[in-house]
Amino acid sequence: MTKILSVKNLVIKFHTFDGVVHALNNVSFDLQKGETLAIVGESGSGKSVSMLSLLHLLPMPPAKIENGEAWFYGAGKEPVDLLKLNRSGISKIRGGKIGFIFQDALSALNPVMTIGRQISESTMEHLGLSHAKAKEKTIKLLDRVGIPGARQRYDNFPHQFSGGMRQRVMIAVSMACNPKIVIADEPTTALDVTVQAQIVDLTKELQKEFKIAVVWITHDLGVVAGMADRVLVMYAGAPVEIAEAQDLYANPQHPYTIGLMNALPSVKGHEDSRLTSIDGMPPDLMEEPHHCQFAWRCPYTFDRCWKEIPQQIMVGENHVVSCFFDVENRRPRGHV
Amino acid sequence: MSEHIRSQKPDSTTENQIMVRVQNLKKHFPITKGIIWSKQVGAVKAVNNVSFDIMKGETLGVVGESGCGKSTTGRAILNLLKPTSGKVFLEDIEITALNDNELRHLRPRMQMIFQDSYDSLNPRHSVAKIIAEPMVVNKTGSPAEIRDRVMELLELVGLNPNHAVRYPHEFSGGQRQRINIAKALALNPDFIVCDEPISALDVSIQAQIVNLFQDLQDQLGLTYLFIAHDLSMVQHISHRVAVMYLGQIMELTSCKNLSDNPLHPYTQSLMSAVPIPDPTRERNRTRIILEGEVPSPSSPPRGCVFHNRCPIAKDFCGDKMPEYKEIIPDHFLACHLADDKGGSLITV
Ligand SMILES: Nc1ncnc2c1ncn2[C@@H]1O[C@H](COP(=O)(O)OP(=O)(O)OP(=O)(O)O)[C@@H](O)[C@H]1O
Ligand SMILES: Nc1ncnc2c1ncn2[C@@H]1O[C@H](COP(=O)(O)OP(=O)(O)OP(=O)(O)O)[C@@H](O)[C@H]1O
Ligand code: SF4
Ligand SMILES: [Mg+2]
Ligand SMILES: [Mg+2]
Repeated sequence: MTKILSVKNLVIKFHTFDGVVHALNNVSFDLQKGETLAIVGESGSGKSVSMLSLLHLLPMPPAKIENGEAWFYGAGKEPVDLLKLNRSGISKIRGGKIGFIFQDALSALNPVMTIGRQISESTMEHLGLSHAKAKEKTIKLLDRVGIPGARQRYDNFPHQFSGGMRQRVMIAVSMACNPKIVIADEPTTALDVTVQAQIVDLTKELQKEFKIAVVWITHDLGVVAGMADRVLVMYAGAPVEIAEAQDLYANPQHPYTIGLMNALPSVKGHEDSRLTSIDGMPPDLMEEPHHCQFAWRCPYTFDRCWKEIPQQIMVGENHVVSCFFDVENRRPRGHV
Repeated sequence: MSEHIRSQKPDSTTENQIMVRVQNLKKHFPITKGIIWSKQVGAVKAVNNVSFDIMKGETLGVVGESGCGKSTTGRAILNLLKPTSGKVFLEDIEITALNDNELRHLRPRMQMIFQDSYDSLNPRHSVAKIIAEPMVVNKTGSPAEIRDRVMELLELVGLNPNHAVRYPHEFSGGQRQRINIAKALALNPDFIVCDEPISALDVSIQAQIVNLFQDLQDQLGLTYLFIAHDLSMVQHISHRVAVMYLGQIMELTSCKNLSDNPLHPYTQSLMSAVPIPDPTRERNRTRIILEGEVPSPSSPPRGCVFHNRCPIAKDFCGDKMPEYKEIIPDHFLACHLADDKGGSLITV
């Protein structure tokens, strides 16, 4: 496998009126060509910030990138550090080599421009297509994402589409310029399960067809199970576990991941009457972390957990976890 | 303590008593045209002829796609929206026949909890004041009694009584939902409509709140109508589930029947779309993908409202609406084809 993106030691803080929000503490991960990486985690754990920062979509201030690199291997022969690019540098990549899909398509699309023009103009800009070619490509693409009567709908505005159809348009936008990566931030959260299933299937098909790496941010572990090659579990601003999907569900290693899996209802329903919940709640990000951020809620906490921040360690092929405790063997991990 | 109408506490022998009975409930919203001389040009048939019973101490789940009429059903039952027609009973009291004054006396017995836990709490009031409010309004006791009851309620929902002096913004989403629950419990209700009460919460917190709902039901004998998008959560918490489509109930049965033997083609497709958190199973299952989109409730299709998307529809399905009836014991269904097969499994 070859890397398409490599994020290293990303630290982001928000300097707000009330104090400093430690949004991301040392986030490192790789994205491979053509794979689907799911990012899961509670609200506020830093899923969106970690991705928006790469595309320079965070408001700065209050956001400040305090540390980190994000090497993108798809912009030419040499890798580029996305975080170091200037405004024109990133705008060549954003919407071009890196596309994105947001939860709220209505606010992400331009409300006063027809969807056809929105897609055509971006292909003209990023791919240098002529007007006529851009239009043909756009119609083909709209047809491909399942917009009935694509040629007629070319001249429609975003509000003239239903929620599910709008999300299909967003997918077309994100994939119009032959991207290497598409970042999808909760793209199906607002949709009904039946529509969600259609959108997930469509994304999977297109990804295979065009060989795109997809980062899929979600809190739905069911959706993740169906589509992700690998999963990154975020907790309080840092990845706590990264593993292949099959491995993560069969063999979760971090106490938080284990807790999450147990908190899900089984598909059968009422008989197994109680869910196993994780006590407590996520920590206040206003305080600078000095120890494991899960220690307050973790059933395995021991003295070391309150003294150090656990680093990522390999526990298997393609499986890393940030925890001092070996849950499987019920003992602290050796020298980590 | 309270003077409002309240039935005897349910004991174990009352298990099969009906708490809520809904008969042919309809709620249509008029569509009007013109501002000054407005005239009705149509109606959104948000809830169109639904009937069901909820037993004492039972949780009836309601699922269905956005806009199918779940919230409207909940509100119409509580008379927060005046039903267009149909009857609703709370035990033997016909709610739909009460005048405003009688209804006000009955209110404490029926409560509602919403998804939007933040907006429903007044940001300028302390938690104590928020929870006390319904008791103050209904004059259920002296200030000291109410204060004691607030502490009791906080403890009941798993909050620290010392936090009574704090304000809503100082709490997390899950804690705010606990505050809402405490407020809803203040007047000792029998019946609570829970409208997406966990949808805005994280998975790990959802489990806490769902457990709380179940514990409270066990302790207080509460009856719930539980509305949610997440079918697996609904199945977990409910005893029986109603599946709605375009303002009507397509199928209503026990959770077990729903997962083992769903009869309605709409239920089958809905169940097949719910993602299973298990990569092996999720990747190897067959989905029934529905064509097209949900029609508008202002112009529902003739005949069976599902027929234009139904994978097994026959010509006659477009002619008349199938009767909603108990096709086999404890299994209610509205589908022509089940009639044909005497209720045996219809497969898509
Ligand atoms: N503009 C901002 N100002 C201050 N803090 C912010 C801002 N944007 C994000 N944050 C904080 O950064 C942290 C990470 O936010 P982020 O949006 O990445 O969370 P998330 O994991 O995407 O959550 P969700 O599931 O709710 O979308 C949160 O604690 C959030 O409060
Ligand atoms: N006050 C109103 N006036 C007009 N139409 C309404 C009103 N309230 C609801 N509706 C319509 O009635 C239908 C049912 O709405 P309802 O809110 O009950 O759906 P729901 O099943 O709760 O959906 P969701 O899952 O999105 O909450 C929808 O088409 C909605 O647009
Ligand atoms: S490092 Fe310690 S507190 Fe943190 S998750 Fe592991 S065992 Fe729990
Ligand atoms: Mg987010
Ligand atoms: Mg609703």
